[in-house]
Amino acid sequence: MKYEAIVIGVSSGGMITLDKILRHLPSDFALSIIIVQHQHPESDDFLARFLDARCSLTVKQADEKEIIMPGKIYIAPPNYHLLVEEDKTLSLSTNKHVNFARPSIDVLFETAADVFGEKLVGIILTGANEDGSRGLKKIKESGGLTIVQDPDTAEVATMPKAAIASTKVDYILPLENIGPFICSLYALWLKE
Amino acid sequence: MKIENENIEIKLLLEAMYLKYGYDFKNYSKASIKRRILYRLSRSGLKTISEMQHKILYDKQFFEILIQDFSINVTEMFRDPSFYKSIREKVIPVLKKLPFIKIWHAGCATGEEVYSMAILLKEESLYDKTTIYATDFNEGVIKKAKDGIYPAERLKEYTCNYQKAGGKSSFADYYSAKYDYALINKSLEKNIVFAEHNLVTDWVFGEMNMIMCRNVLIYFNRDLQTRVIHLFRNSLCKDGFLCLGSKESIRFSECSDDFVDFVKKEKIYRKK
Ligand SMILES: C[S@@+](CC[C@H](N)C(=O)[O-])C[C@H]1O[C@@H](n2cnc3c(N)ncnc32)[C@H](O)[C@@H]1O
Repeated sequence: MKYEAIVIGVSSGGMITLDKILRHLPSDFALSIIIVQHQHPESDDFLARFLDARCSLTVKQADEKEIIMPGKIYIAPPNYHLLVEEDKTLSLSTNKHVNFARPSIDVLFETAADVFGEKLVGIILTGANEDGSRGLKKIKESGGLTIVQDPDTAEVATMPKAAIASTKVDYILPLENIGPFICSLYALWLKE
Repeated sequence: MKIENENIEIKLLLEAMYLKYGYDFKNYSKASIKRRILYRLSRSGLKTISEMQHKILYDKQFFEILIQDFSINVTEMFRDPSFYKSIREKVIPVLKKLPFIKIWHAGCATGEEVYSMAILLKEESLYDKTTIYATDFNEGVIKKAKDGIYPAERLKEYTCNYQKAGGKSSFADYYSAKYDYALINKSLEKNIVFAEHNLVTDWVFGEMNMIMCRNVLIYFNRDLQTRVIHLFRNSLCKDGFLCLGSKESIRFSECSDDFVDFVKKEKIYRKK
């Protein structure tokens, strides 16, 4: 099974959690990673710069109409929804909040599932609301791989719990295993 | 398979809307349009997008509902306060030197952005020599913009934005509160001309000193963005300002060289 992209949804407690996962990835990692982290609407691109400095892959805030490249990590800009287009570019919208969130995890996951189908991996991490549950379900229905952080290892368990309740997810993994697991998917991909 | 068919159905639906009513959404960003269509479908009792296409052709009211869905009107007063602060500190001093000023708000939605600018101009004593053209392709929102009536529940947020944007007076001076609503002072509307204008199908709009088109281009694909930036270039006088949304840019387009960055971070460009 070849995966092309990974989408990650995370809310409260995200910065440290993302750091712990992304730091495992080798510099030749070739899947694209797209992340929605709920943030204050007036935040700048601190999160992207923070992660970029600490991880061997390039991490950047997503620009509108940007082409999704392998081995790059994109973070949704605060106060915009991030969507995946048919031609594998990213687009932004200032549409209404979804699940009280903009960017919303559901919006990213649902549009990514449409485009990447079974070549998509969806991951829900720590968070205090239920955003992402619908999107993860759609990824599963479209044949993608679904992963949720073990709620016991999450800073806030609400979001992973909600995702597990609404979808029969493929893997529930403790935080420390998620990074290595993603690497193993990539190793598998290299072998094929 | 399902997704493939859905995408074909969407293409046909957009073509039908264009042929029948002249509204062209074919070059809008697909993912967002698709979400709007599926949202309407789920509320319509119709089973497929093809059924929806049929309904659009024979039921103008339904078409109008879909137009409302497509025109994402989400807006606010002094959205991105730092942008208005830059206008006040950097652009206003330049405008002050002009004998009269023409400003075009393209895609003004329900008008919050326009009144924000009007307030700023008033405070800088420029309002009386300014004409503001406020346009949108959606007739319904233009009407709301003219009315200038906004839900009171958002006033707190707007007051906060106003202050962050460097407001010089008290925001409460600019509206009167009635029950759940705030009515914008009529004196702010005096020099504003509201009109319908479609960026996809209509052309140049007079010689402007400043054009604001914020958070509209993100809904267009690159081809359409290029057309619209071209249109803006041709509607600006020399040294005129073009202001886009914080995540929008002209730097990919063939007109890029015609503009210099004036306040780069706020996407304020100046025509050479
Ligand atoms: C998200 S709102 C932006 C409102 C405001 N400029 C702001 O930044 O808060 C986008 C607006 O663009 C308008 N719009 C979309 N397509 C258009 C077109 N082809 N021509 C003119 N206006 C259009 C919509 O009707 C909507 O009111």
